[in-house]
Amino acid sequence: MSTMQSPPPVAASYPRSEEQIAARVKALESLLIEKGMLTTEVVDRLAEVYENEVGPHLGAKVVAKAWTDQAFHDRLLADASAACQELGIGGVQGEDMIAVADTDTVHHVIVCTLCSCYPWPVLGLPPNWYKYPAYRSRMVRDPRAVLRDDFGLELPDSVEIRVWDSSSELRYWVVPQRPAGTDGMSEEQLAGLVTRDSLIGVGLPDIP
Amino acid sequence: MNGVHDLGGTDGLGPVTREQDEPVFHADWEKAVFAMFPATFVKGYFNLDQFRHGMERMHPVEYLSSRYYEHWLHSLESHVVEAGAVDRDELDRRTQHYLDHPDEPLPGTRDSDLVGFLETVMAQGASARREASGTARFSAGDRVRVGDDHPHGHTRRARYIRGKTGVIDRVHDAFIYPDSAGNGHGEDPQFVYTVRFATTDLWGPDSGDPRSCVYFDVWEPYLQSA
Repeated sequence: MSTMQSPPPVAASYPRSEEQIAARVKALESLLIEKGMLTTEVVDRLAEVYENEVGPHLGAKVVAKAWTDQAFHDRLLADASAACQELGIGGVQGEDMIAVADTDTVHHVIVCTLCSCYPWPVLGLPPNWYKYPAYRSRMVRDPRAVLRDDFGLELPDSVEIRVWDSSSELRYWVVPQRPAGTDGMSEEQLAGLVTRDSLIGVGLPDIP
Repeated sequence: MNGVHDLGGTDGLGPVTREQDEPVFHADWEKAVFAMFPATFVKGYFNLDQFRHGMERMHPVEYLSSRYYEHWLHSLESHVVEAGAVDRDELDRRTQHYLDHPDEPLPGTRDSDLVGFLETVMAQGASARREASGTARFSAGDRVRVGDDHPHGHTRRARYIRGKTGVIDRVHDAFIYPDSAGNGHGEDPQFVYTVRFATTDLWGPDSGDPRSCVYFDVWEPYLQSA
């Protein structure tokens, strides 16, 4: 067999083991600590912020307010970052957010085909599936099938699907429709119905 | 660049795989990589567009088969090394050291000012919106075509919209231009537009869904009148 039977090998073999990655990261971390740029306390604190403080419960809170306060709803659609700031919600990857609202005839969904842009202040850090190739490759090409086959969300053919590919620094996210049968529910109760997936557009809010 | 990262419309990558009760971070090393981003970003070693370009320059095999935060690690490594902040040989030696001594603790340096500073950086963010010079060339409702250029460096002109025609949905302010900033040539702010593309115009009359469309943000230099 010729030695050229296979293409030239890439620089390393993939996937790397957890041990290899952990050692590489620890090495870089130790060098950055020695140079005064990082501490283990910084690592723990920033992780804690996105594990416990910034997440989709914040987007849910914003949506519940929009469902119960028409003036806030209008401000949210006009300037999502300013409206969120009224509730003390904002920060990196949410400097210029745009909220898009579902209707009976239009369903919105977000994706980032070029990397994994996502509105951190209202949704937290993205799940792996949002960042991995399958979702990014197919959502713009066949959104109706992806929603149906991969997320179990079957939309009537009459509903137009609008896919927002987050290619600039504008960060899109979805204001889903308020479910029927929620009259009289408090803002807090309504927020409990708003799922992360409904803010991305790959799901709907829970039904009480 | 025509890289593998430019995934829109690629076939054959399988179904979306979802993890039940997925944690925010899957391992401690992911937390460390996440924190390294603001820690080195504030030093000016790279801007956000250069950070993205660093990931795009991974080998396609590695890009498609590695964990997400390995992408960050790859870009961070290349930028701190290129900036001269970290020596590649020293990093390799240190990696071998931790492979041989995985339980050795990290330096216990404390710096409460740094914690507060980086937490504030994350909480405040930094908009890429910039003062516009001149006026926007296009208006909402204009039909536009995305120029069919294939630049070698960083760009946000995804392949699947090149040469395609759509309608301006919204006109935004000027923002940092990734095709300049991502290639180390300054911010060069340009107007951003949201363009609406019918999926039948992107994928053809037989393959596109007539009841769905894609909204894609472009910078003014990408556009031509149609």
